[in-house]
Amino acid sequence: MTTRHHFHPVIRVLHWLMAALILAMLFIGVAMVSTAGPAYHSLIGLHRPIGIALLVLVSIRLAVRLKTGAPALPADLPPLMVAGAKASHVLLYLSIIVMPLIGWGMLSAAGYPVVLVKGIVLPPILPHDIALYAVLRVAHTVIAVLFFALILGHLAAGLFHALVRRDGVFEAIWRNR
Amino acid sequence: MSEPHAARSPALPLLIIAAIVATIVVLFVWAAGWIGPSRVSGGTVANALQYNAGLHRGYRRAHAKGMCIAGGFEANGAGTTLSKADVFRTGRSMAIGRFSTGGGNPLANDGRNVFHAMALRIISPNGQEWRTAMDHTAIFPVADVKSFVAQQIATQPDPKTGKPDPALLTAYLAKHPETKRFMDYMKTIPLPNSFANGTYHSINAFRFIDAAGRTRLVRWKMVPEDKLVALDKSKLATLPKNYLFDEFIQRLKAGPVRWHLIVTLANPGDVTDNATIQWTGPHRQIDVGTLTIDRWAPEETGDCRDFNYDPTVLPPGIAVSDDPLLSARSAVYSTSYTRRAQEGSGPSAIGAQFGISGKKQ
Repeated sequence: MTTRHHFHPVIRVLHWLMAALILAMLFIGVAMVSTAGPAYHSLIGLHRPIGIALLVLVSIRLAVRLKTGAPALPADLPPLMVAGAKASHVLLYLSIIVMPLIGWGMLSAAGYPVVLVKGIVLPPILPHDIALYAVLRVAHTVIAVLFFALILGHLAAGLFHALVRRDGVFEAIWRNR
Repeated sequence: MSEPHAARSPALPLLIIAAIVATIVVLFVWAAGWIGPSRVSGGTVANALQYNAGLHRGYRRAHAKGMCIAGGFEANGAGTTLSKADVFRTGRSMAIGRFSTGGGNPLANDGRNVFHAMALRIISPNGQEWRTAMDHTAIFPVADVKSFVAQQIATQPDPKTGKPDPALLTAYLAKHPETKRFMDYMKTIPLPNSFANGTYHSINAFRFIDAAGRTRLVRWKMVPEDKLVALDKSKLATLPKNYLFDEFIQRLKAGPVRWHLIVTLANPGDVTDNATIQWTGPHRQIDVGTLTIDRWAPEETGDCRDFNYDPTVLPPGIAVSDDPLLSARSAVYSTSYTRRAQEGSGPSAIGAQFGISGKKQ
């Protein structure tokens, strides 16, 4: 096999697992700040551990991705789409890494114990500083919204490859050929 | 269509893609509460509080006036039969927190603020942290967050007169007998003349979980060793502006102030998900240790202002009950914390009195 047409199986499994978790996180995030009802407490109890789980998963994924690379894009893909594909993937990886770190960092800066699940408290990664918390708290929301827009673009592009161009790009993350 | 990239009309696939993306956007907007039935968020409550009290940028939206206190909690070991939390093992935990009076005005006169509160972070030797925000009232005026907002709206100052409209309050109380009950309760209970001789209550019920995994519903209170002396409620307006805070600072010069942490176990049939209802009659009460406060500092230099005393920050062995007010308090305190963080902290009444600048040490 000289040319690979698909991503490494670990990448493919992680892609779909993380896609589900990330979408869940974005929905949980906006839902929890929308309510002071009993759901607030339950949702925030999910938000922290899923966020840290994503940080662990993206570390594994990034390592595998750097080691195994990505299949080449179709030769006839217009340069603008190639550039968009490359830039959006860098931004997606950055967002996945940065969002949990900001979440962890902002809880640290606010002086909260970073409770992963009952009985497991993560160490602070930043000093207690309310002004730093203020900045990170805004960043957490702003980047989340941009990240959501990026995901929608990524999804639309993936479906465009699958349904319109039918060029094998979608299959590269979907199945083994 | 022999070629793989043959030019089929892309209209239908593009429509499908647009529909999928649009569906996710609509679901997201619904999850965020921007469409659909209106929700009460932490922001809704903070808005109501800052409308009624006036906006004081950089301060807590409630219990804005305060000062830092510190000392320790000495557990006597009796609490280990109820909860596996380290704080109950015989020994000393760090206790650091804040005395405050109710209301959103950080410069209010102490005589006008009839709610006295004690907030604490109790940190056990191995670092388990327990946060609690307690009031000197055993009960709360409302049972849930929607009622709290309704109560705020019913007592909001009329823009014309600057005073609440009595008709609004009457209409509200007709629907909320629990608030009427609370107002009657407030008339009967004495108002302590010192932070040192007040009893501070957990307000909500919580769960204590012991080492064997058994869960018990409890409330707790800090009961002072100092004897209660009541303020004359008819002369509150004549009290010096910072009376309660000054008095406590003077009181500490005479030595540490102590409270006993008394845990009350719910009887079968006690209401544990509604903070407006008192537990009456005989109850098993356990003295689990002594809180000693021996230091104070203004908020500018003490280590209490930049913390959120979220009552759902609990160590293993203590958990929230089904009282919906706990989740509401957590959400609202968080909003208040975020807002004042973004506004930048202002000078405290007590710090100003001692000539301390608004900047943290």
